[in-house]
Amino acid sequence: MDFLPDKPIYQQIMEKIFGDLLKGSVKPGDRLPSVREYALEFGVNANTMQRVYKELELMHLTETKRGQGTFVTDDMQRLEELREEMMQSLVTNFIHQMESFGFTEQEVIVQISKRNRGELD
Amino acid sequence: MIQFNNVTKKYGKKEAVKNITLTLPRGRIIGLVGENGSGKSTLLKIMSGVSLPQYGKITLDGVNVSKKTANHVAYLPDADEIYPYFTVKQLFQYYDSQFPDFNFDKACIVAQFLDIDLNASLKKLSKGNRGRAKIAATLGREVDYYLLDEPLSGLDPMVRQSIIKGFIQFVDTESQTIILSTHELKDVEPILDNIVVLRDGNIIANEPVEAIRELQRIDITTWMTRLFREGEINGNKANS
Repeated sequence: MDFLPDKPIYQQIMEKIFGDLLKGSVKPGDRLPSVREYALEFGVNANTMQRVYKELELMHLTETKRGQGTFVTDDMQRLEELREEMMQSLVTNFIHQMESFGFTEQEVIVQISKRNRGELD
Repeated sequence: MIQFNNVTKKYGKKEAVKNITLTLPRGRIIGLVGENGSGKSTLLKIMSGVSLPQYGKITLDGVNVSKKTANHVAYLPDADEIYPYFTVKQLFQYYDSQFPDFNFDKACIVAQFLDIDLNASLKKLSKGNRGRAKIAATLGREVDYYLLDEPLSGLDPMVRQSIIKGFIQFVDTESQTIILSTHELKDVEPILDNIVVLRDGNIIANEPVEAIRELQRIDITTWMTRLFREGEINGNKANS
């Protein structure tokens, strides 16, 4: 995985795992690979991966069962909350970016509605 | 933990490292970076007990560094000419005879992971494969500290990546520590916990890599470039 320069690596991996969950390639209740396996897959230090696992657990996105490994939560309500938070944060970033080019939020909304009505490709 | 207290090492009149005080924690992967001649190799030699400083004190887990502590350290020097007439397997057997902590099976597993033929002679291997064989022999030792001088230098990107994967796979950062010198910042950044920057025998920075990204929102290559540019500006001011 290539990492962006302006963000800690552990955050980028958390987002990747969360993205996999939202897209459905990782499912609620799934067992995650071991820290070492994941570290190897992402090409990062095991300490960094350990931190990812700790943070995911603090977010209640995963839970560790003694001796069995780390599992994605099957608490659907929690997953829905996290999905909502993710959407809010992505939309906020998007609006900030548009504003940095001088577009207003209202203009953005108009543009999105046009797309939605099929007026744009 | 490796601790330097006011350590100075001179070669003739030249001070290779100057009055260095530094703590390197256990269970981390730590990168030593800086220009050629900045003191990286000297620092590794001092830690490994190969070379003794004229001034100051250096301890490894609280014990003064000496021939005795050298047994807890696997030091890989920055030299390409090792036992050219050995095969890879003979190199491992030689290590096995020299180091009680050497795990022959582990070395073979690392060699397999790095795609090295045990029966190939070192002389006939490409530089990249010889580099990998040396890494396999070094990681074959079950020690607390791996001190690696330029383990990626002169190797192509594929080989560098496979060696880095070898570090992730075969070094247990719960208990083991890697300290490596390198110029290949982009390659090693994802596996580094900490970075120590040397300039003219002095430590000019010692930072956790993720903190640089988190607080300054830049990668370590950009951070290093800025650090050196600022250093030059301050250096010029000091000289004028």
